[in-house]
Amino acid sequence: MSSLLEVRDLSVAYRTRQGLLPVLLQLSFSLSAGQTLGLVGESGSGKSQIALALMGLLPKNAEVQGSMQFEQRELLALQPAERRALRGARMGLIFQDPMTSLNPHLTIGLQLAEVLEQHRGATRRAALVEAGQMLDAVRIPEATRRLKAYPHELSGGQRQRVMIAMMLLARPALLIADEPTTALDVTVQAEILKLLAGLKREMSLALLMISHDLGVMTDIADTLLVLYAGRAMEQGPAGEVLASPLHPYTQALLACRPRLDAPLYLAEGGRLPSIAGAPPRAGQPGPGCPFAPRCGEAESACRSSLPPRRGHGHGRVTDCHRR
Amino acid sequence: MSAAPALWRRFAEHRAALLALCLLLLIVAALFIGPWLSPHAVDSIDFDGDWATPPSLVNAHWFGTDSLGRDVFVRTLSGGRISLLVAFAATCVSLLIGVTYGAVAGYFGGALDGWMMRAVDILYALPFLFLVILLMVLFGRDLVLVFVAIGAINWLDMARVVRGQVLALKQREFVMAAHTHGLGSAAILLRHIVPNLAGVVLVTVTLTIPQVILTESFLSFLGLGVQEPATSWGTLINEGAREMEGTPWALLFPASLMALTLLCFNLIGDALRDVLDPRDQP
Repeated sequence: MSSLLEVRDLSVAYRTRQGLLPVLLQLSFSLSAGQTLGLVGESGSGKSQIALALMGLLPKNAEVQGSMQFEQRELLALQPAERRALRGARMGLIFQDPMTSLNPHLTIGLQLAEVLEQHRGATRRAALVEAGQMLDAVRIPEATRRLKAYPHELSGGQRQRVMIAMMLLARPALLIADEPTTALDVTVQAEILKLLAGLKREMSLALLMISHDLGVMTDIADTLLVLYAGRAMEQGPAGEVLASPLHPYTQALLACRPRLDAPLYLAEGGRLPSIAGAPPRAGQPGPGCPFAPRCGEAESACRSSLPPRRGHGHGRVTDCHRR
Repeated sequence: MSAAPALWRRFAEHRAALLALCLLLLIVAALFIGPWLSPHAVDSIDFDGDWATPPSLVNAHWFGTDSLGRDVFVRTLSGGRISLLVAFAATCVSLLIGVTYGAVAGYFGGALDGWMMRAVDILYALPFLFLVILLMVLFGRDLVLVFVAIGAINWLDMARVVRGQVLALKQREFVMAAHTHGLGSAAILLRHIVPNLAGVVLVTVTLTIPQVILTESFLSFLGLGVQEPATSWGTLINEGAREMEGTPWALLFPASLMALTLLCFNLIGDALRDVLDPRDQP
């Protein structure tokens, strides 16, 4: 079965006065309908850049290389107007902050209807009816009445539901969620995640979930891609990667998770474990593995040459000299 | 935008603005109906009475007569018509050109923005009086030219204000979200950016109207604006100020009516800004 989204050797770099500034380097992944791919990484690791590259919303000075096949079409070969027709219709993107991603001056009904008017040429009345049904589907109480509400009249969780409804209205095949729960309360987070997982099943969506929160991934992702400084570190089925991480970076990341069942960190002077050092600044890649300066297992090869990509069976892949 | 009845209800909650609106409508009605109620004409001199008679009900000179024996009541009202007309026309020009120009420059940015705003800078640098005199020389004296000249200057402010606002708005996430829906530039500008400008634009308009009325009076004072026997508030106030010791009423009536009108505009503008910003609702 061919997958919905097939990304091969995707690289993104920005043209700046200081020369090319790479932000993503040779990423490859694929995603099928009904599957969830989790992108994990620290701030600045390039997670959001992947979302923007897929949507075709990178700034003008971005240079994209590689290949992105979406529904058997090469995204990079499409005209801007064709990319625009895909956005919202075949692929949707949910932002981190639902507080600011709705227009404060328009009722949510109008903002929802706009999507259908744009992509299907629906009439305002028909679009509003369908918008009401979609609000119902994302479990907003009294959906039809809510269409007349302004964004400020809704709570954060409800607004994120509205954003999800808006992105799903045109029945896209791919939904990208860029940290959809980061700005929300923990209790609301769980509800939104449950909602996303349910909708994914019902509409057989391909979901690309971006988060720095490993706990979120445990609940929702089928496969995981761990990013560091714009490079893939480890890929594989989510359960296996989280249970037995192969890459030193993934291991370090998992060790940093505060855990209720094993409060080991209390013994170490009450401090949470962390990875020593700081991630490299974008655009200054050394010759070797980007994680080498912070890696406990680094050897000379790690600092002088890029790590090879190795398969370990069960779809597990690492980019590491040592594994 | 929400339904008109809801907007009206929210507007009506501002008592002062509601009063101002009624008063303004009353003033406008008076400007157009009033002169017919009086037996006197704008340019007729009352040779029966004394010149410079104080206000009285007996001879139908309700606001008195000026030093030339002309009826102040009729002149104040017909002068107000001209003043409001100039203000209205100039405001329409500044809304139409200023908002479009500023929104396009701010939204598309880059080199286009640079060139468009430099053009505004150049127009700003043109001496206003020189421009008016040049127009007069080329096309002869005409009230329409006063409209054109004032309008040509006033949209510059509006364009700058709008551009600045659009620059800030286009960074907002809901504009990015509109991009992710595949909306085109025109739709994003019209539906997501322009409605968000309503507040600043209205405040600018309420500042523009008084400014235009004052500019017109300044031009008239120099003999470049409205020509006798036609008149405007600016002209009347100037004349009245010169004769203020002999006929204080010739200054008092046009000046108070103009002040009252400007106050009404300001109060209404304030209330509209509140009403059109949905976040300020209870």
